[in-house]
Amino acid sequence: MKKLILSTAVAALAAGTAFAQDDSTVRLGTEGAYPPYNFLNDAGEVDGFERALGDELCTRAELTCEWVTNDWDSIIPNLVSGNYDVIIAGMSITDERDEVIDFSDPYTQPDPSAYVALSDGIDLENSVIAAQAGTIQASHVASMEGATLLEFATPDETIAAIKNGEADAALADKAFLEPIATSDAEVTFVGDDVLLGGGIGLGIRESDAELREQFNEAIQSMKDDGSLNTLIEEWLPGSATF
Amino acid sequence: MFGNCADPGALDGLAWLGCYLTTGKHMSLYGSLGTVLLLLAITAPTALLFGFGGATAARSHVAPLRWFGKTYIAIVRGVPDIAFFLFFVIALDQGFEYIRHHVLCPEWPDTVRQGNDFVVCAQAKLPLGNSPQWVHETYGFLLAVLTFAIVFGAFAGNVLFGAMRAVPRAQLETAEAYGMTRGQVTRRVLIPQMWVYALPGLSNLWMVLIKATPLLFLLGVEDIVYWSRELGGAKQPQFTDYPHPDWRMWYFGALLVFYLCFTKVSEIVMDRLMARLTLGQATAGGEAQRRAGA
Repeated sequence: MKKLILSTAVAALAAGTAFAQDDSTVRLGTEGAYPPYNFLNDAGEVDGFERALGDELCTRAELTCEWVTNDWDSIIPNLVSGNYDVIIAGMSITDERDEVIDFSDPYTQPDPSAYVALSDGIDLENSVIAAQAGTIQASHVASMEGATLLEFATPDETIAAIKNGEADAALADKAFLEPIATSDAEVTFVGDDVLLGGGIGLGIRESDAELREQFNEAIQSMKDDGSLNTLIEEWLPGSATF
Repeated sequence: MFGNCADPGALDGLAWLGCYLTTGKHMSLYGSLGTVLLLLAITAPTALLFGFGGATAARSHVAPLRWFGKTYIAIVRGVPDIAFFLFFVIALDQGFEYIRHHVLCPEWPDTVRQGNDFVVCAQAKLPLGNSPQWVHETYGFLLAVLTFAIVFGAFAGNVLFGAMRAVPRAQLETAEAYGMTRGQVTRRVLIPQMWVYALPGLSNLWMVLIKATPLLFLLGVEDIVYWSRELGGAKQPQFTDYPHPDWRMWYFGALLVFYLCFTKVSEIVMDRLMARLTLGQATAGGEAQRRAGA
């Protein structure tokens, strides 16, 4: 009996090792709550600009990819501890994040952020502004003198906060706010756009230089043949192309 | 699900609602209900087992075992749940991978900690990087069960420790006088009698456990609260066939009803169990039962 268990264990171990030597799957981590970049469609699958982009990049880099959703708050800790290999979640390239993880080349131009509110004529300098926690928008509001930052775990809750009067305005990527402002009569853009961040890139572990090279090549090839621009025009109308 | 759901924009009223409530996303919500119930069904007995082990160890005559039992109960009870769930699970996962790394690829040249990164060789990954998604999910679920069992086991251990001491000393002495060994006294007298003292504490813990299940999402398991928040958020027509404003109130309302019903049913079951266990016991409850019967 003992022998049987032992040999089964050895066989299982050997099988596991054999599997691991095949080309490993690259796991793509996203938030799934930030349309049009990434969201869950009616079928509950990841969809959006980054779904189309990620699938195309994986085809070009000849990688097998798998999509995983993770809370925005813990998206970087879970990358560095190896629960997935790439962050593809509308994450802007900033110096602070670059200290912890590495970024691929940007796949969007620096995208303007914008304010939305229920009415015009809000003194943005001295008001309560909602933003998603851990975003470049949240750090921007925190650096504004006079304005009070109200942080939420999901971008959707920042819109809910201006609707129920908790916040005077919300700051987020313009591409995220655009569909909301067009389909929701209550919500309008206010004030001027602000340019934050250095474009959006894939977040990759610092020790994964090879994977980063593969993705950089794939991004470059999509920039060269114009297919990246086609995707940007399809999903992020109004955003600058390459 | 229904044949006429292809163009939900043209539907209204109940037909629309029927299609809406049967989208793939809603199926995930219903599925996550199963996840939560499964978690409770596995965690409760496991935690009880951990608690029993902890309580027995804490009562042991062997000093190191006693220290272990008391330390386990004291530490886990003292650390906030959230800290435990955030820190412990990542540490546990990395601990497993670290051990596998040393066993499976001893010739690996690099260190495991590289700056912020935790890097083990591909064979040591748990689950393996190329495993299908369900393996990753099952692994996450099992980690969750283990963490819940450790946390609630410590509380259960404390309850059982107290319950064991509440069993009247005279009964144990009588058993000893009949020549039973220490083990026999424990098995035949102490354990059968302690439940009546343990049940109020344990039923309390069960209620807390039911309400603690939303902590699952901290562990990456998508539970009913996560799906309710995701489904309830406002949806724009560009991204869904079923646009709607912020409906979280309704989803969370439904959750409220679910949890209240669940705890109510639990209460009824616990009351019955209590009545059953009190039967013939030398407690105030047992005495009341005897008088009512007489």
